Amino acid sequence: MSILVNKDTKVLVQGLTGREGSFHAGQCREYGTQIVAGVTPGKGGQKCNGIPVYNTVHQALTEQSIDASLIFVPPRFAADAILEAIEAGIGLIVCITEGIPARDMIGVHKALKGSRSRLVGPNCPGVISPGQAKLGIMPGFIHRQGDIGVVSRSGTLTYEAVAQLTALGLGQSTCIGIGGDPIIGSNFTDILELFEADPETRGVVMIGEIGGTAEEEAAEFFASAMSKPVVAFIAGQTAPPGRRMGHAGAIIAGGKGTAAEKMKALEKAGIRVAPSPAEIGKAMEDLLGESAS
Amino acid sequence: MKIHEYQAKQLLLKYGVPVPEGRMVESVEAAEVAAGELGLPVIVKAQIHAGGRGKGGGVKLARTAEDVKAHAEAILGMTLITHQTGPEGRLVKKLLVEEGLDIRQELYLGVVLDRATSLPMLLCSSEGGVEIEKVAAETPGRIVKAAVDPSVGLLPFHVRKLAFGIGLDRKVHKEFGQFVAKLVKLYLDEDASLVEINPLVITGEGKVVALDAKINLDDNGLFRHPDQAGMRYLDEEEPLEIAASKHDLNYIKLDGSVGCMVNGAGLAMATMDIIKYYGGEPANFLDVGGGASVDRVSAAFEILMADPGVKVVLINIFGGIVRCDRVAAGVIEAHGKLGCKLPMVVRLEGTNSREAGEVLAQSGIDFIVAQGLADAAQKAVQAAAGGN
Repeated sequence: MSILVNKDTKVLVQGLTGREGSFHAGQCREYGTQIVAGVTPGKGGQKCNGIPVYNTVHQALTEQSIDASLIFVPPRFAADAILEAIEAGIGLIVCITEGIPARDMIGVHKALKGSRSRLVGPNCPGVISPGQAKLGIMPGFIHRQGDIGVVSRSGTLTYEAVAQLTALGLGQSTCIGIGGDPIIGSNFTDILELFEADPETRGVVMIGEIGGTAEEEAAEFFASAMSKPVVAFIAGQTAPPGRRMGHAGAIIAGGKGTAAEKMKALEKAGIRVAPSPAEIGKAMEDLLGESAS
Repeated sequence: MKIHEYQAKQLLLKYGVPVPEGRMVESVEAAEVAAGELGLPVIVKAQIHAGGRGKGGGVKLARTAEDVKAHAEAILGMTLITHQTGPEGRLVKKLLVEEGLDIRQELYLGVVLDRATSLPMLLCSSEGGVEIEKVAAETPGRIVKAAVDPSVGLLPFHVRKLAFGIGLDRKVHKEFGQFVAKLVKLYLDEDASLVEINPLVITGEGKVVALDAKINLDDNGLFRHPDQAGMRYLDEEEPLEIAASKHDLNYIKLDGSVGCMVNGAGLAMATMDIIKYYGGEPANFLDVGGGASVDRVSAAFEILMADPGVKVVLINIFGGIVRCDRVAAGVIEAHGKLGCKLPMVVRLEGTNSREAGEVLAQSGIDFIVAQGLADAAQKAVQAAAGGN
């Protein structure tokens, strides 16, 4: 099984006709994802690689059954696209776009509250349930169907961890990139809760990084509400303070948000912290072995 | 993006926030002229992108014309070292000369993005002139907070919460409220990521004035503010970082000897971490982007080569959508163009990684090919140690 997406998930792509949108929608479809519609304002009525394009999300919904929206809209229009999907009541919204102003995301975050939608991202690789559906830009072939959940603030570092798991024969139930921005739709805690409730997920790999307190919140959640084993890695142990390390949210500000603090909080809560990024898969394997015996 | 105090005060003025009258100058003579216009006493303040300037000797009170000359001469051209500049300090090329004020009380007022609530958060404290981090650590009870929902805006109760919370004199509540309202408007309308007034002062006449100001702007919001681009001050940025930004590369220079080229920010940080884990020191953070195209790889190479501290280059690419054999071709092309003499450890994983290995092996270049992240880091650290 999996969380958030599966083989039956019907997907709308906002920004389908753009360079990124058309390429990655094609890759997702090749993986087996049901891409049923696209939205590009002004291009309604056209077809993009056989997929019908609509001017608005509302129009797409009147003609198609849609469970999720995957967004590739450029940063200056992306918040508007997310809000359009929220207003239309789409259950899952995955926004890949990097570079959305924080000011715009404050409004999006507010609109999500009390809505029917869950947002993953922005500035993320997306969501994949191996063997079933891929809503994102991750390379599908490194994944393998299985029972390990992966949740991460990073892109390529997630691929690294997934490749390690796959090499050890540990397949994945669902892998979710929650995004590297200061304001994101779903946090570690939201996803950990879903993995805990998913009967087919046996253990979870969580990849955090410097900046903010999402890892500390996850540690609290784990201590109070989780029974499944969790392995974590925190990137940025050698990052200098006050500098943004690529991701808009990866910054140690005012001495807060350091990797050391986060690792301490996670360990204290009982989460196994991998000492090196090369040992994330191994740490999961070890921990599962210990839990079984 | 960081901006100087004088630029922050120009933004404050745009929103009607009271600031002391002042002039930005770049010479001792201009400082003397400015002091003459403003009237003595004046404050002479170094303009650098770092806090703690007063303690470092970058802020001086001038009571006489001789003081103005002496202070301007001392501060202009000095390398100012504060707890925020690092040991290398910053060369001071600009001064802000400001009128001296009759200060009755010093407060702290800031607007930050609170990541836990995803809302702009007002922070206020009666401990003006002290770093807010220090107040938070030592006397957290003295900081009063109020989260503002931009769709509703600043409300009177927010202001009451702050003003009564810090025990502000009732006579200045109204003016303080107007000050806070303008500050919040600036924060939102200018896409700021931080606005900090420390200290905010109440003058002898009961005026509320921003004595110092620090504003950081959200890089992602710059497209909405063409005027903000002109506020970037390249002299205070690392030259290699400026070169990298021209190629849209995310590069941060560090002091180690292992130059890293990685795709993706998280993997780039993790690569630095694993170098350290095996006893080496990373020379930089460098994210060539998820795509790692030939152009970007070439540009990244050039930047790594230009850092004299780099003893070995570690290329760590996890090919997803991008094909590793293409990246390998890019690496070979850039290597040929730039004539790199340093040892190069290459780890290409993911799509077409086997073909990439063949391309590298056939190139005739003496690459150190690594299998996996740990192997790559160990080989790079070893090569860096051997090269010394």
